[in-house]
Amino acid sequence: MTRIWLLITGVLAIIVFATSLLVVIPNTMIGQVRVPSQLAPYTGQQARGRAVYVAQGCVYCHSQQVRDPVYTSDKDRGWGPRATVPSDYVYDKPHQLGTMRTGPDLINIGVRQPSDQWHHTHLFNPRSLMPWSIMPAFPYLYDVRDSSSLKPGEVFYSVAGGKLPTGKVIVPTADADALVAYLKSLKRTYPVPTGNEPAARSIGGRSEQTMP
Amino acid sequence: MTATLSPHVVELTTSITDLENLDIRLRADASSRQVALRAISFSVIWLIIGSAFGLMASFKLHMPDWLVSSPVLTFGRIRSAHLNAMAYGWASSAMLGVSVWIIPRLVHTELRVPKAAEAGLYIWNIGMVLGIVGILAGYSDGLEWLEMPRYWADPFFVIGGGLVGLSLLSTIAMREVEHLYVSVWYILAAFIWFPIIFVIGNWPTFSGVESAAVNWFYAHNALGLWLTPVCLAAAYYFIPKILGRPIYSYQLSLLGFWTLGFFYSLNGMHHLIGGPLPTWMITTSIVASGLMIIPVMAVGVNQHMTLNKRFGALRYSPTLRFIVFGSVAYTLVSLQGVFMAFREVNRLTHFTHVTVAHAHLGLYSFVTMIMFGSIYYILPRLLGREWVSEKLISWHFWTVGIGQIVYLVPLTVAGMVQGVAMADPTSTWEQVVKAMMPGLIGRSVGGTLLTIGHCVFAYHVWLMFRGARSRQGLPPFHEVAPIITRRTKASFVSGGAA
Ligand code: HEM
Ligand code: HEM
Repeated sequence: MTRIWLLITGVLAIIVFATSLLVVIPNTMIGQVRVPSQLAPYTGQQARGRAVYVAQGCVYCHSQQVRDPVYTSDKDRGWGPRATVPSDYVYDKPHQLGTMRTGPDLINIGVRQPSDQWHHTHLFNPRSLMPWSIMPAFPYLYDVRDSSSLKPGEVFYSVAGGKLPTGKVIVPTADADALVAYLKSLKRTYPVPTGNEPAARSIGGRSEQTMP
Repeated sequence: MTATLSPHVVELTTSITDLENLDIRLRADASSRQVALRAISFSVIWLIIGSAFGLMASFKLHMPDWLVSSPVLTFGRIRSAHLNAMAYGWASSAMLGVSVWIIPRLVHTELRVPKAAEAGLYIWNIGMVLGIVGILAGYSDGLEWLEMPRYWADPFFVIGGGLVGLSLLSTIAMREVEHLYVSVWYILAAFIWFPIIFVIGNWPTFSGVESAAVNWFYAHNALGLWLTPVCLAAAYYFIPKILGRPIYSYQLSLLGFWTLGFFYSLNGMHHLIGGPLPTWMITTSIVASGLMIIPVMAVGVNQHMTLNKRFGALRYSPTLRFIVFGSVAYTLVSLQGVFMAFREVNRLTHFTHVTVAHAHLGLYSFVTMIMFGSIYYILPRLLGREWVSEKLISWHFWTVGIGQIVYLVPLTVAGMVQGVAMADPTSTWEQVVKAMMPGLIGRSVGGTLLTIGHCVFAYHVWLMFRGARSRQGLPPFHEVAPIITRRTKASFVSGGAA
């Protein structure tokens, strides 16, 4: 090649084409996704919990998506009754779809684990519940206190598995409470909102409607 | 010199080595010296920092109660600090240095506006510091590959990269050769693409699945339109340069270049296969991934044929050894990637450590090895002295060579077992976790070897900067007679060539 302008033009044309196809066109299409009536926006506390989730980098081990049951076992693993669709994520910014499952998928964790006690002791130290877990402990989200020092009405949890000396309990920080509120809000079990799914999403040749 | 060579050798030497005459090389190197040296020293610092983060992240995955008392040290933050320190700190700083050094040589003129390039390099590295501190402090943007804070770190990369690009573009515009060599195309393209994709990736208005699409549009292009082209440019420069023979086929170079840009830019959605995106987007990326066979084979065949029957040269040129390692890894990782992009394979490998192994086959065995090779060639020429110790070079090569095998093989195997276990709904999560353990531990062992290799390399670079000289004053491995190409020793000594 001898002409620099030809080179630059070609290089720019490539990126303009790719951006149009994968960013601009989808933007106009996905932009029209209807908000499912069963999906509530995050409350202030849940949104704060989501920020805690993002800041700790939970996404590097946990995905938030159920793939098509036709060719994956995501549904059979109990991660959700159906594949997730674009409208399930309308309130998610930034998205936390994830590309790794060092831990299980979390898009329906609010259904699987509705208990505050479970979440708090698990976050404080996952091995208090499952000795084989490799999830990091998050002790900094909790105050470890003498059970005798608790004020009336204060919410506290005891931790099983010998992860705390006897007489000690954990009191969640505001961040921990928010994080658990967010986790409990993760539920995408309502039926797929019908109507204007963008261009009949169909993976593996089956359309959304054929799925249970 | 030509007078003493046989006709056979004269024919061989009509290559880029001789197109660049000595005087031009000296002028070119003098003009880029300052920026390139700075860039190399910054990159090596990031390599060490990134290794510390990587090793820590690796151990944390099988020692989950280690260093958990502070949010700064939690796995999620250390891991993204690792990715960013390596991809944007180590690899990219090294690439900035290699680019400003190669371009003037290839277009036969001095680096223009070197002050802009130097300022760009500093700005880029200031952005790095802010970005890493931001991630560790909990201000990640929450998008993979785009974690560094959007408003107070990212602008530094657009401006810094843009300034270096401006200097390169001015240099190419003032060129004193007619023909633009293939490495020039790749570098110029990468410096045009990077600021554009980085701005799109960081655009703040997207949410939901759209933000996922844009995230992976960017992240894939960071690999395919930024890291890959600059490293291919380096391979295309050094292989013919060191062998003293021209590149095998101009047509293949051309084909490889344009198809790389056109297909790679459409690959991004293969990171979201099975995800909640419109199917046509994912299918587009899968098809484009399959078509990547064309540029990959074009580059692979071209570089292999250039090297054909000259493999003996690997013994005496450390640069060539690292670069050829990297080129072979490029072919391997790309073929693996094409395979992983098919739905039937992806349903098993997606979400597993196979991906992480693939990522390191790409970013380590390809990108990092090519950058090591480049630095081995460039540094002695810019500092005017030979590498201090053959032993240190050998130690570096073998620790990272073996380290990669120990890192990649168990992780890939464990990732496959993990994938198969996950696909079987009757296996419990405990079984899935246990399946990945050998791979996680293997990675820590391999990663330790790699880190040792990096420390050896950094120490050697430091000795070079400090002005240490090799005892014999000759290039490393000079005693391994370069019989293969039958050229005189003088033309191979790294100091002797320029
Ligand atoms: C000292 C050697 C290294 C060690 C021990 C190491 C370790 C790690 C670990 C533990 C992870 C996290 C994997 C996970 O989330 O499960 C990771 C991810 C990553 N590392 Fe490294 N690494 C090393 C070198 C490098 C180098 C030199 C580069 C780039 C130039 C690099 C680029 C990456 C990337 C891009 C990821 C993300 C992979 C993905 O998302 O799939 N690493 N590394
Ligand atoms: C033809 C070439 C290639 C194809 C088709 C390809 C394909 C893929 C696919 C399908 C994935 C997603 C895996 C998953 O999440 O399920 C992936 C991930 C990745 N690839 Fe490649 N690959 C190619 C070449 C490369 C090269 C040359 C590099 C390095 C420079 C590279 C670096 C990576 C990295 C770092 C990831 C992990 C991204 C992340 O999750 O953070 N790939 N690749």
